[in-house]
Amino acid sequence: MNPDNAMHPTIRQLLAAGPVVTDGAWGTQLQASGLEPGHCPDAWNLLNPAKVEDVARAYVEAGSRIILTNTFRSNRLALSGYGLADKVAELNRAGAEISLRAASGRALVFASIGPSGKMLMTGETTEEELLAAFDEQAQALAAGGAHGLVVETMSDLAEAVIAVRAAKQTGLPVVVSMVFDSGKNKDRTMMGQTPQQCAAELAEAGADAIGANCGRGIAGYLPVCASLAAATPLPVWIKANAGLPEIIGGRLAYQDTPEQFASFAPALIDAGAKFIGGCCGTTPDFIRALVQRVSG
Amino acid sequence: MTDLTKLHEAVLNGDAKTAVAVTKEALDSGVDPMVLVTQYMVPAMDEVGRRFECEEYFVPELLLAARAMKGSLELIRPLLAARGAEPVGRVVIGTVKGDLHDIGKNLVSSMLEGAGFEVTDLGADVPPEKFVAAAKEKNADIVALSALLTVTMPMMKTTIAAIEDAGIRDSVKVIVGGAPVTEQYAREIGADGYSDNAGGAVQLARSLLKKKAA
Repeated sequence: MNPDNAMHPTIRQLLAAGPVVTDGAWGTQLQASGLEPGHCPDAWNLLNPAKVEDVARAYVEAGSRIILTNTFRSNRLALSGYGLADKVAELNRAGAEISLRAASGRALVFASIGPSGKMLMTGETTEEELLAAFDEQAQALAAGGAHGLVVETMSDLAEAVIAVRAAKQTGLPVVVSMVFDSGKNKDRTMMGQTPQQCAAELAEAGADAIGANCGRGIAGYLPVCASLAAATPLPVWIKANAGLPEIIGGRLAYQDTPEQFASFAPALIDAGAKFIGGCCGTTPDFIRALVQRVSG
Repeated sequence: MTDLTKLHEAVLNGDAKTAVAVTKEALDSGVDPMVLVTQYMVPAMDEVGRRFECEEYFVPELLLAARAMKGSLELIRPLLAARGAEPVGRVVIGTVKGDLHDIGKNLVSSMLEGAGFEVTDLGADVPPEKFVAAAKEKNADIVALSALLTVTMPMMKTTIAAIEDAGIRDSVKVIVGGAPVTEQYAREIGADGYSDNAGGAVQLARSLLKKKAA
């Protein structure tokens, strides 16, 4: 099968002119605008939507062609920890709408679906519970008008497969992105799964793009990106952290500069990356620097 | 005669069924329960911890081994308690206030239990005063703090301050861990120790107890 024919039309159109720059971190940006530590960032979709929209707009203005949504924790299981389990539909819908307003046609909105925070293996949750939670979230994001869905920051392949299956029910293109931060070469998930295993099972589950995010700085992404690209014809999605956090004056700070970060973009593209953006610690300046490198 | 190396192997391989069966057989034939723990099970868990630290084992292997260990310990504990045997040490563990992440904390908790510690797990989003109250009530040797978020890490410092204010800082050792936590940060906030993995946390807890006893 020619993968180009199988590619979701949205993804094909996005990639027609070459690699696509996505967005950077949201949580750290919201904290910079006053979100208190320990408070649920997603709750701001209802409590403080203008601030959330500012973050989204800053990425659009920096040149992101895809922006995500402030809905990373908005599945029933994660929200229940904040006492917000009854707000799944509202938070997701509002999250999609905020990003759509900020994009106003200049970028596509791929809505974020993060992990449940529960472990299947220890019996903290079940496959049925996970499927129901991700299905509920995906439907609400689709109802809010998202152009695509991103299942991200997954540490357990089994949970990611369930989330992808649920997300695919919407008919939207589905990106799935794992955290590879374990093993001697830092190329395994927390549960020990390899990029090859992830690529095979996630493609089987129907993913339209497969990738890696969080966990480590951008330099460490080159081998994982190459492994994913070799393991699947699907486009590869990469969102790295801004290096490792260091303590400066008693506060944690990420140490990569936007220019240092973006200098890895050409090598990542050579290694097969089709979507590039940033995770923890990255800002609109990182995206501007990426856009310069990728389109320059 | 029970082949006790099978118990070591069963814990190492996370085979709870065999671990429990061998334990039962050994106890029935009169083997000293303390021997099972100190000569077979704890060394097996140490090896699991070592393999995890070397990143040969991943979370699933760790969890299965801890489960096997727990299964055996359920048979052994009542016997040890009846003799008045003390646990290796008493640990109060939790994820700090504002942080709901508990996967890493649960792993450390399982490993400590597997190593023979009496563990009081307070869960996630635990306020400083709850750590203090539990440490007092349980007469804890060690308070273990976890945080996954950079924004909740300062709550570790706040919790240590609460332990100081309560006047029990000299009687407990505080250990910290979690993805963004570093050795340097642990020192800055005045913790007694730091580990970046669950196996290392057990070694750390043991060495702090030795220091405490000395």
